[in-house]
Amino acid sequence: MDMALQSAPVQVRDDEQRANILRRFRIGDRTFNILTQASAIAVLVILAGVMLSLVIGSLPAWHAFGFDFFTSQSWNPVTEKFGALPAIYGTLLTSFIAMLIGVPVSLGIAIFLTEICPERFRRTIGTAIELLAGIPSIIYGIWGLFVFAPFFQAHLQPVLIDAFANIPILNQLFAGPPYGIGLLTAGLILAIMVLPFITSITREVFDTVPPVLKEAAYGIGCTRWEVMRRVVIPYARVGIVGGVMLGLGRALGETMAVTFVIGNAHRIVPSIMAPGTTISASIANEFTEATGDLYTASLIALGLILFFITFVVLAAARLMLMRIAMKAGV
Amino acid sequence: MAAAVADARYSRRRRTNFVATALSIGAAGFGLTWLLLILVVLVVKGVGGLNLAVFTEMTPPPGAAGGLLNPIVGSLILTALAVAFGTPLGILAGTYMAEYGRYSKLTMVVRFINDILLSAPSIVIGLFVYEIMVARMGHFSAWAGAVALAILVIPVVVRTTEDMLLLVPNTLREASTALGVPRWLVIRDVAYRAARAGITTGVLLAIARITGETAPLLFTALNNQFFSWNLNAPMASLPVVIFQFALSPYSEWQQLAWTGALLITAAVLGLSILARMLASKKVLP
Repeated sequence: MDMALQSAPVQVRDDEQRANILRRFRIGDRTFNILTQASAIAVLVILAGVMLSLVIGSLPAWHAFGFDFFTSQSWNPVTEKFGALPAIYGTLLTSFIAMLIGVPVSLGIAIFLTEICPERFRRTIGTAIELLAGIPSIIYGIWGLFVFAPFFQAHLQPVLIDAFANIPILNQLFAGPPYGIGLLTAGLILAIMVLPFITSITREVFDTVPPVLKEAAYGIGCTRWEVMRRVVIPYARVGIVGGVMLGLGRALGETMAVTFVIGNAHRIVPSIMAPGTTISASIANEFTEATGDLYTASLIALGLILFFITFVVLAAARLMLMRIAMKAGV
Repeated sequence: MAAAVADARYSRRRRTNFVATALSIGAAGFGLTWLLLILVVLVVKGVGGLNLAVFTEMTPPPGAAGGLLNPIVGSLILTALAVAFGTPLGILAGTYMAEYGRYSKLTMVVRFINDILLSAPSIVIGLFVYEIMVARMGHFSAWAGAVALAILVIPVVVRTTEDMLLLVPNTLREASTALGVPRWLVIRDVAYRAARAGITTGVLLAIARITGETAPLLFTALNNQFFSWNLNAPMASLPVVIFQFALSPYSEWQQLAWTGALLITAAVLGLSILARMLASKKVLP
């Protein structure tokens, strides 16, 4: 044993070997650096590629219709006259309904989870709400069509129609007949789908509020609601708006859930209970069946409009959330 | 008199507080109710059709009995390919942002764009892949479906990889650098090892995200009535089959759609809970 140790002389590496190893290290490092940097740039290339391919793919539609594409209500594959207005209207309206219901409820859940809920249930209930985000959108769709829509048609829509029958304007918005499916149904399902997104961001920004501020408010005798209303919400305002915009971005682009329950009708009617369509639902329903280049190009043009709208909304959301993150970092 | 006014005001404030508290609790109940309703309906409608044939037989023609073997296998293949394409790119990009280019301008831009890609409508990604692959090749294919899903995997993995690497204490990097270890070996043998659980969580979350994705597959992988290993041909996937069968008038197809919906939801929720457990257990030195 001792002999063996003694008989193996320590290998002294000469300068040349040392230089070789160092060169290998340097080359390895440079390669890895370039590789990772190229991957980061690839993310940008993907986004640029998406934009570029949509622009190129939609060119025939812009050539054929020009600006009229935004204002025309017709969608006729036979005469090849296409206009985006009903789809844009449906997209904005369903998302608006979703926000109208989703935002207050999300804020309520976030307040519940940060201030009211006992500590030991907080994690479980928080996780359960976040699981809503995990359910695939096609599940919302099949559930909305087979469970929610029939219930809505049989029990809620007649009540709404009767309740607003004699009130001007509202009786236009809630005009029958009750189909079950339609813009309002899609908006309601979207409202459930955006809950987890807005709730989780709102919870995060609520947590950035310095406890000292809340304690001071409680100290001068504010009620819990007053602390939330006057201290926490104003402090976290930018972040909340960021979270809402993020939810809006989701709602605008949501496809499968809406496709099931929207009814796919390219028209604009005053009633929000009537079947309609959204950009994403039109593409999902019609793209594989689209015959003719102009039809395909029009659907891609719809996709481009959707991408543009969501890009602006999501970019604004990120900028706002970056601001609140910087504030929290200070 | 003044005391009475103050009392009235105090009780009004208490009332407002009570109402607001009740509304918040109501909101939480509202959210949980939907989760429960959806899960209960899925189990009630899906379990009835759950039998061995679901896993051993092909999708049937209208009006006949059958199973979901080809879409299940198709979904597994598409997911595996998408993860194989998307994960390395995502991890490398995240590595650049947290290690080599932590303070560079490129990182700021990539982070911003990546966050947008994270929530971008998946149907638009489907259109993109249709344009660059399906339209060029002239036919729908499993490859195109896998690429579309890979584009959805990338932002999730980039985001978690960056976040997790940023959590690795700098002292670890400094210690190994002081021993003369080159940067890339520090990243490989120290940073990755410390962040392994976190990065795995990101990959699981990405798989959960694409498992239920339907929209980007509609015009890339399309659908296939038959079993197929051919990646150059259309391939069935669970979400697309659910979409097709649910909207059909045949009761056998609708039953299979519910069963498929139950399977997919169980898989996705299982994955997200697994990812969550892994994330809460991750021990950073």
